[in-house]
Order: sequence, then structure tokens, then C-alpha cells
Amino acid sequence: MTDQYHNEPMLELFIFESMQLIEQMEQLIIANEKFESYDSDAINEIFRIMHTIKGSSAMMLFNNVSTLAHSMEDVFFVLREDKPQNIDSSQLSDLVLEGIDFIKVEIAKIRNGDEAEGDAAALIESLRVFHATIKAQNYTVRDQEMKDTATSQGYSAPKKQQYYISKVRTEPQSYSSSFQATLYFEEDCGMENLRAFGVVNDLGDLVKEYYHIPADLDHEDSAVVIQEQGFTLFLKTDRSLEEIHRTLSQTIYLKDLQLTQVKNCEPFEDLHEERKILLNDSAKIFASSSGERITIDQKESYSSASQQSIISVSVAKLDQLMDLVGEMVIAEAMVTQNPDLKGLELNNFEKAARQLRKITSELQDTVMSVRMVPLTGTFQKMNRTVRDMCKKLNKDVRLELIGQETEVDKNIIEHISDPLMHLIRNSIDHGIEMPSDREMKGKPRWGTITLEAKNAGGDVLIIIRDDGGGFNKAKIMSKAREKGLLQVPEDEITDKEIYNLVFLPGFSTNETVTEFSGRGVGMDVVVKNIEAVGGAITADSVPGKGTTLSLKIPLTLAIIDGMNIKVGDSRYTIPTTAIKESFRPKTTDIIVDPDDNEMIMVRGQCFPILRLHERYHVNTLVNNFADGIIIMVEQDDQTLCIFADELIGQQQVVVKSLPAYIKHTKKVTGLAGCTLLGDGSISLILDIAGLFTVKKTG
Amino acid sequence: MSENEAVDSEDQVEDTQKGKFLTFCLGNEFYGIEIKYVTEIIGLQPITEIPEMPEYIKGIINLRGKIIPLMDVRLRFRKPFREYNDRTCIVVIDIREIPIGLIVDSVSEVISISDEEIVSPPSLNKEGNKYIRGIGKVGNDVKLLLDSGKLLTDLEIENLENI
Repeated sequence: MTDQYHNEPMLELFIFESMQLIEQMEQLIIANEKFESYDSDAINEIFRIMHTIKGSSAMMLFNNVSTLAHSMEDVFFVLREDKPQNIDSSQLSDLVLEGIDFIKVEIAKIRNGDEAEGDAAALIESLRVFHATIKAQNYTVRDQEMKDTATSQGYSAPKKQQYYISKVRTEPQSYSSSFQATLYFEEDCGMENLRAFGVVNDLGDLVKEYYHIPADLDHEDSAVVIQEQGFTLFLKTDRSLEEIHRTLSQTIYLKDLQLTQVKNCEPFEDLHEERKILLNDSAKIFASSSGERITIDQKESYSSASQQSIISVSVAKLDQLMDLVGEMVIAEAMVTQNPDLKGLELNNFEKAARQLRKITSELQDTVMSVRMVPLTGTFQKMNRTVRDMCKKLNKDVRLELIGQETEVDKNIIEHISDPLMHLIRNSIDHGIEMPSDREMKGKPRWGTITLEAKNAGGDVLIIIRDDGGGFNKAKIMSKAREKGLLQVPEDEITDKEIYNLVFLPGFSTNETVTEFSGRGVGMDVVVKNIEAVGGAITADSVPGKGTTLSLKIPLTLAIIDGMNIKVGDSRYTIPTTAIKESFRPKTTDIIVDPDDNEMIMVRGQCFPILRLHERYHVNTLVNNFADGIIIMVEQDDQTLCIFADELIGQQQVVVKSLPAYIKHTKKVTGLAGCTLLGDGSISLILDIAGLFTVKKTG
Repeated sequence: MSENEAVDSEDQVEDTQKGKFLTFCLGNEFYGIEIKYVTEIIGLQPITEIPEMPEYIKGIINLRGKIIPLMDVRLRFRKPFREYNDRTCIVVIDIREIPIGLIVDSVSEVISISDEEIVSPPSLNKEGNKYIRGIGKVGNDVKLLLDSGKLLTDLEIENLENI
């Protein structure tokens, strides 16, 4: 297993590819399950995916994954080749999804640097049973002869893939010539069996009939045999010696190649007894090699059809590019607004500068768009959640997806996937009623959950709507009283405030804790996750009709619209989205309570004031409210008035995180990061949510 | 192949830098820091203060688009603060991928000190000289050789204690 540390890039690729394939497959299964049957395209696709995963995981020495993929591949091979009728598609889906989950867990382990040691034996066993069932069904439809072949093969190699009913004709044919080739690989090339398999694969087109020693390339022991005795290949072909020689000598890590023409069929006759198995084996190789080829072809056509041409780039590189572009924007401002140019009449320079400005801003937009990813993947994943929940809870829920093409920054997508899943689980578990209850209420048997995404200015709104029972106001209230979560007098609380109580930590109304939800930790984790990306969540509900949860998340984290303010010599940036208004306060509006907390009365409402210079101990000459400015900010329905010296101006800023060293030293509450201003100076970005906690504790 | 070459050239760089120290002064003392850690030396720049930081972390600067934290070495060693003047320098060092600027009174020169000329610091009690890795003898002078790693890491330990 030490290999994985040497093979970092390979491993990364493996993880990436496998995850992608697995997700693709999951979607296929979910989509097909709805029709309760698998069409041949899907079966082919799944077969190919499993085949690829089998191969790559074997290559990376993750044997448990590879064996499991192998058995799934077996099942789908039968489905593909024999097209059995009356298969239990829901059982099949369950099995395959279980397999997918297993592989996912293992890949997660691998990604975290743990050993993929999970045991899939039970799952493989059930797959085998299923495999046997569909095969047994099949025999009844098939003709006797085929059955004989299959069973006899089954006896001869019970653990092997008995079902590879040879596609090549079993009658020996006379080809123009036969060759015997022995290949030796370099000692340290490793994985000789797979390399030998590659050789066979390469020959696929040229050769009519062949077998090789060792015969079973799937087994790891064969690698040792090849290493010691070389890989011997007998083949019949109508191609010339040169052609075969040329193909074989292209093999990588090839140390020695002996190719001789042998008398027709001699070795084939010698091994007459083994013929059946050998042919079976070669057929298997044929089958799998053709399978592989199809994979490549299909992959290409698939990607060209639906994804244009795509390369995968690591997000770190994109971040770097983003940073560079951000710097360029600043550098551009430094050049074009250079103080040395002041008062000079430079028509040509102005023209060139304008051009530069245009290009840099276009560049910035393009880089931003590169980071944007449609929500499709995240939304599609929810299908699976819904399916599993429905099975477990015996509910009937349909998921409707709207606007899944909405694009969001990659970093944000990663943060909202889990919260979304949790919210949907909650909706199914607590929201949607049992089918019988629904019928009694005159609703359709099946519940509907709508997952909708849409752009709203600089934000993306994700709305999760269900037509379940809705929130129970009384229940929420009593629960909140019980837990002491009420902060507002009970008779003043609005419906909306009641509904939003569910987001508070330690709140859960479901009496029974289920596997999926109800521990009361979920909701506040959801809220935390959403807030981590600068988003917000609100709930609304109509009793008996359903619940609507709205998630407001920013499009991107990398660039924000900010208002720059000045306090003493320091500059701060407040995200414009948080700002409600700014105004010059009148001294008469200021109220000071006995604890010296300053407050301001605005249109009859009282808001706390936070003096930024006091909070961050900045020296400033502006101490009187009349001289400075008040910026009213709002976050999560809380409002705060920030007192600063003056406003500098509004600007789009590139968010940079504080240096690692500073972050290690202390986590400064209320600071979200920093940014570079046009003149090259640094401004600190305020974290409004953080300021509230500061206000409370300090 | 290219990897080997890269390693070779890296070795060479290491070799040429071995035993060389950048010396700077804080008050009356001369300090040395291994040259391999030093990225560059810059003049004083406008510093953006970060609130709630220990006194010796003066803030951050924008070094060609990179945000770099600054540490006043005087304050770090609990020496009295001295107003910055035109001789005040920022020595940008890079320790384990973490860039940090050290504010020093002035930078003097790069000198070679062979291993034989370095003696370990007298083991005083307590943590009196935990940042000093050794004492280098150059002619009649002594240079205090900094353990740059400790400049950063000790701080975290201190922090933990504070909590």
C-alpha cells in the first residue's frame, strides 16, 4: 500500500475519475429506477463504468473495490448479454446503490490517506446470489446447448466469469500463420499482469485467435509468473510476422521480445483439453477489451455531446489565477492613476489606459466565470437522498428540480451540498405525511419536494418547498419555551419569527429520533454551514399546506461588493449586501444607557452603536458622532450601527485571507479577510456576523 | 532526469548558502539569521494594523500583491520599542512556506561563520535565550544566531497557554 504515497498524481486522478463515474452511475440508476426497468443504454453504461473502476482500482491495488466492481460488472454483463426478462429491478437498484456507497466510502478513506480496508464480502455474496438468480432465469429461455456450455464452464471454473459465452467461433479455423511470442518485461516495471493484458488488448484487432501463459491475467500471481518466465502468447493471424512484431515491440517496459512462426495450430492442439477454458478465457479478454474500447469511444462521444471538451483543473490553480488577476486589476489602477501623471495632458496614454482597463475587467469576469459550476450535480445527488428516505420511511415523495443550471462558485457548492441534503431529509422526515394521512387530507398520495435555484442580484436563491404538513406553530413555541430559546416577548412574536426558531441550536420537534433527522443538531449545523459562505436561511410555512425554506447564498466568495470606510489611518471594507443605510447622526438621537452602551434612535427604532475605533483600538481624531458617519448594517435580522470616520467609496474587492501566521496567532472576531485597494494599501474586510458576537460578548 | 537535476541545483544552492548569515542589529546586539530563510530585505512600508494582535505583531503589508505579516523583533524579545527611522528594515523570511517580515533596527551584512566558530549558547536557567540557536564568533564580535523556527512556533505555544 506504500505505492499510493509514491503515486500521488495517479491517486488523485483515480479518486477524481472514480468519483465522477460513480456519481454518473448513481444518476443513471436513479433515473432508470423511476421507470422500473433498465434500458440497454444504461446497462451498457453501468457495465462500462464498473469495468473501468475495476481496472483502475486493481491498478491502484485497492482490491476490495476492484472485487466488488468485478461482481457488479458480472451482474451487468449478464443483463447486457442475455437480456433476461422479469428481473427485480428494485432489488438490483438496492444492491448496486449499496455497492456504490461502499465504493464511495472506500474512496473517501483513500482520499483521507487511510487504508481502504472495508470488507465487501457480504455485498459481493448478495450480488453473486442475484447474479445466479438472473442467470437461472435465463437458462430457461435459452436453448439447451447454450445451457450446457455455460454450466460446464461454470463447473470448470466456478469463481471465474462463466458467462462469457464465447463470441468467437469454436471451430478451429485455418489462418495463414501462427506465432509464438514471448515477452519479458523490465524487472521493476511492476504490475506485469496488467501490462500483459495491455499487450493482448493492443493485439485485439490484428489477431484472430490466441491464448497465453499464464492464462489468468486477472490474478496477481500471474504477475510473478510473467516476471520470471515471461509472457508467452500463441496467436493465429493472417497478418505478417513484421506487423505483429511491430505491434508487440511498442509495448512499454519491454525488455526482450521473441517472436517466432510456429507450425499451424501445434500449440493449440497440444492444449486441446484446456481448450474450452482457454477459449472461454480469450473470449473474456475479447469481451473486456472490446468493452474497454467502447468505453473510450463512448466517453469521447459522451463528453463531446454533453460537456463540450472539458479539462479538469485543480481549484488551487484557479485560486492562484484569480489572485493574479486581482493583483493585475490593482496594478492597472496603480499605473493609470499614477500620481506622476497628474496634470499632464496625455491623450494617447488615456486611450491605451482605457483599453487596458477594459481588457482587465473582461479578464476578471472570465476568470470568475471559470470558477462557476452549475448546481446540477448537487441537485442530482438529492434524488438519491429522496429515494433512500422514501424506502426507509415508506413514504412516497417526488423531487422536482428547477433551475439546476444556475451557476455558483465552486467553493460555495462544496459548502451547500450537505446542508441541502439535510434540509431535504428533514422535509421528508418531518414535513411530508404518510401516504394514507395525505389521502385523508385530500392531497395526492405522493408528496412533492421542489428544489429550485435562481439568480437574484449578486445572490443565488435556493428554495426548498414541500407540500407536507407545514410547521406546527404551537409545538415550536412550546418547545422553544421549554428550551428557553425565546428572546422576544411571546405576545409580540410574529409567525416568521416562530418558524425561524427551528434554526436555533438544540431545537428539534420530532419526538422520536430517527436515523435521518431529529437529533436537534442538524438545523444549526445547516445554518452554520450556510453562514460560513456568507449565506442566510429563512423559513416560511402554511399549516397543512407545506413549508418553504429559502437559502440565500452569494454567487462567489472571491469578489465582493464592498464599501470602504476609514477609521483613523485604517481602512475597513463592509460588504455592501449587509449595508442598509449610512447617515450623519444627530447628537440628539444618541441615547446612552446606564451601562454606557450607546444607542441611536432612527425613525422610532433604537439600534446599538459600535464604535469601530474603540472596538479595534485605533487612534482617530473623530470621536464625536457629529463628525463621523454611521453605517447601519444588518445580518440575520439583527441590526447594528457602525461608527466610522468617513466613507471612502464603493468598490468591488478581491477577498484575500489574512496571512496564515496571523490566523494561527489569533482568530480575530469580526474580520473576514483583507483586500488590496486601488492605491496598493490594505483594507480589512469586516465580518458583520462576527461583529454581532463581538458586540454581545464585549 | 530533470528531477535529479533539480535536486542537484538545490543542493548547490544549499551549499553556497551554508554557513552564511545575514546580520542585523537590535540596539547594541548583532543577530544573525541563516541566509536560506531570507527572501528579501525591504525598506519600511505603510503598515496596516490588525486589531487584537499581540504587541509585537505590527500588522500586515502588501508586498507586490502578497499580504505579509510583520513582527517587530525588538518587541518580540521584550526590548523597548524604538521609533522607526530610515534605517529600519523589514527582513522578509520564509519559514516552512510561511512568509513573515521581521522589523529590525538595521541590516548590516552577510557573513560566513563556519561551524567551528559557532558555540552553543550558555545554558541559562528558564527560557532566557530560547530563540538563540548558537553564538557565532567573528573576529572580536559575537553574533547571536537566531533559531527562526522558534520565532514562529513558540508563539503558538504561548497562545495555548494564554487560553
